[in-house]
Amino acid sequence: MPGRILLLANGQATDARAVPRLPVDTFQQLVADALTAGARVSACFGEAEDGAVRVTAALANDSEGTVGLLSTVARGSLPSLAAECPALERFERALLERHGLLPAGHPWPRPVRRVDEAGATFFAMSGDEVHEVAVGPVHAGIIEPGHFRFQCHGEHVFHLEIALGYQHRGVERLLAAGPDRRTMALAESIAGDTAVGHALAAARAQEGLAGVEAPPRAAALRGVALELERLANHVGDLAALAGDVGFLPTASYCGALRADFLNALAELCGNRFGRSLVIPGGVRFDVPADAARRLADRLAASFARVEAAAELFFASPSVRNRTDGTGVLGREAASSLGMVGPSARASGLRVDVRSTHAFPPYTVDRIPVVTSQAGDVFARAWVRLEEARASARLVDRWLRDLPAGPVRTAVPALPPDRLVVSLVEGWRGELCHSVATGPGGRFSVYDVVDASFHDWKGLELAMRGEQISDFPLCNKSFNLSYAGHDL
Amino acid sequence: MKGILGTRLGLGRQTIAYPEGPARFPERFRGRPALATERCAGGCRACAEVCPTEAITGAGSPSLRLDTGACLFCGLCEEACPERAIVFTRDYRLAARSREALHVTGDVPRLAAALDERMRRLFGRSLKLRQVSAGGCNGCEAELNAAGNVQFDLSRFGIQFVASPRHADGVVVTGPVTDAMRPALLATWEATPAPRLLVAVGACACSGGPVVGSDVCANGLEGVVPGVPVDLWIPGCPPHPVTVLDGFLRLLGRLEGGELRVEGTGVLSPEDRGPAGG
Repeated sequence: MPGRILLLANGQATDARAVPRLPVDTFQQLVADALTAGARVSACFGEAEDGAVRVTAALANDSEGTVGLLSTVARGSLPSLAAECPALERFERALLERHGLLPAGHPWPRPVRRVDEAGATFFAMSGDEVHEVAVGPVHAGIIEPGHFRFQCHGEHVFHLEIALGYQHRGVERLLAAGPDRRTMALAESIAGDTAVGHALAAARAQEGLAGVEAPPRAAALRGVALELERLANHVGDLAALAGDVGFLPTASYCGALRADFLNALAELCGNRFGRSLVIPGGVRFDVPADAARRLADRLAASFARVEAAAELFFASPSVRNRTDGTGVLGREAASSLGMVGPSARASGLRVDVRSTHAFPPYTVDRIPVVTSQAGDVFARAWVRLEEARASARLVDRWLRDLPAGPVRTAVPALPPDRLVVSLVEGWRGELCHSVATGPGGRFSVYDVVDASFHDWKGLELAMRGEQISDFPLCNKSFNLSYAGHDL
Repeated sequence: MKGILGTRLGLGRQTIAYPEGPARFPERFRGRPALATERCAGGCRACAEVCPTEAITGAGSPSLRLDTGACLFCGLCEEACPERAIVFTRDYRLAARSREALHVTGDVPRLAAALDERMRRLFGRSLKLRQVSAGGCNGCEAELNAAGNVQFDLSRFGIQFVASPRHADGVVVTGPVTDAMRPALLATWEATPAPRLLVAVGACACSGGPVVGSDVCANGLEGVVPGVPVDLWIPGCPPHPVTVLDGFLRLLGRLEGGELRVEGTGVLSPEDRGPAGG
């Protein structure tokens, strides 16, 4: 619908006033049509405006590589599209929670991030031997908090409902007070295991607003860091999955090898999670050619060991037995939920911002999108290994052939009334920072969507019909972020 | 089985040499900041102006002071200071027994003091801990998990994270303590049998860290458990597993003396340590 949807590229800023304001029914119709035609909701956020709420949707079109923007102004309520477009249901609940905008007709408008002290209402089943299992917020391991409510018959799980919000720190509100000296530290703390990804999304948003681009050498080093983050987490996930099926060799080997990729990040910037590396305008630290080569040599050796440790895992009949057909999420369900990242790709969806909404260095070195069809724990593990392989190749190529030139460029003060949608493929999937400036170039909107926001529902569905004892395994195969969801 | 053993042999020894031998850190690792207050004068506030968490007070005067409890160890202050009055060393020993002791005013190693005789007798050879993430971003949680892996191997000292507070001798808290997690944290503490230890890990738990001043969190663990002081503060964003290890070993009296054993990794050379000019 040209004219009624503003089309932008990833990271391209626009005049904030150019976003079409549509009547509610037109807005709803266009969003529903776009989703039905295969677009994804990357963001859907509200702004208070004269006692009403202005709702802006950012729709990613993966085949065209565009982000479509459209908005409407609603008072009090908005007809829910959740039943028709499940990908929207959590966004609608978030609008209710933050702006009091009632999604009229939403089948289950429970809180997204608000923890109800008096006890939340959960969907409950009844029957002679149906029982409920409640787990969390504190879990058995060193894990972030969340509450899981299972409806079971013996071991059999009929239904799982996940209540989050325990990690809510108000990060978006703190970010919206910027730009200031803690903007990047906050972005890096959205999800500490995705510090590079979120820092990159924040930096690229600010660069887009200011109309500058990081130099090619900075782009390559950012790519190295983003792929090292993916390698560390994917290798760590293979270790954890091996641990959860009791296959201890790969659990300890990959658990140890994960450190090589974290330590490589620390070589770049001093911090094992890549904090303080990415800044608006580039990166803070450069790497001399000889050191980059040494790092590439070590990483190549590390990844060869990962291959060996992973091969043991994938070749083991006992591992196959525990992971094949466990926690299946079909392609249709994954697609209608708007899922992203390895969990979506393991269910056959070709979604990867690095490929479809590429930015440097991915515009030069194209990334293969790894998919599988099975949608089970095995597929989610396999996709991780294949993606780690691709990451290792890219890191090697970039480190051995860094473009010449500076690694940072000056970023001028942000101009007022600009809007940008910045997408980055973090290791869990799409990270979306929608940022607008108001008077004086201060942020008027800072909206963050972590990949986990799209994907938690997928875990709930994957558990249906499973044994409750397989929950840790299924949960780990998604490995979603609580802090990234709760913000 | 042959593949498993072959791969195992190929990996070699994974457990780090520390504490008997040196711990390895890259050139750019930022540990304890060292302050040369005599170089700081003239009202220059360059360091304080770039600090994301207002960890620096007295900038531009000899009363320059850096709160490592609030510090994110980003090194922006070092980069901004024209006089090199703040320099991050590779000293990984950062844990302290009091919140006040997290402040740095000079260049003195920080060695956390041991528990008293009775507590050392109880926990010195076996310390079981329950971890509660109360708004942690999964950075500190990841490093605590790493502290237990085959490389850092906390359990070789009898220190383990356990699944239930009923089995624990202490509670380790990460995160600024969100309003939503406060009741669960207090319930966990209540479920832990006395005598018990309370430990804060990471900038958020020490001070609120990057989210200090949020309207839905406390500013860290201080005062959260009524009447209970924090026994060990481990700063960092997140703290390196060796910093965690050092803190616990000194707390238990398993590590004494001031010898710093740091080894490089041989990737970057010392002259390449600094940030790129901008």
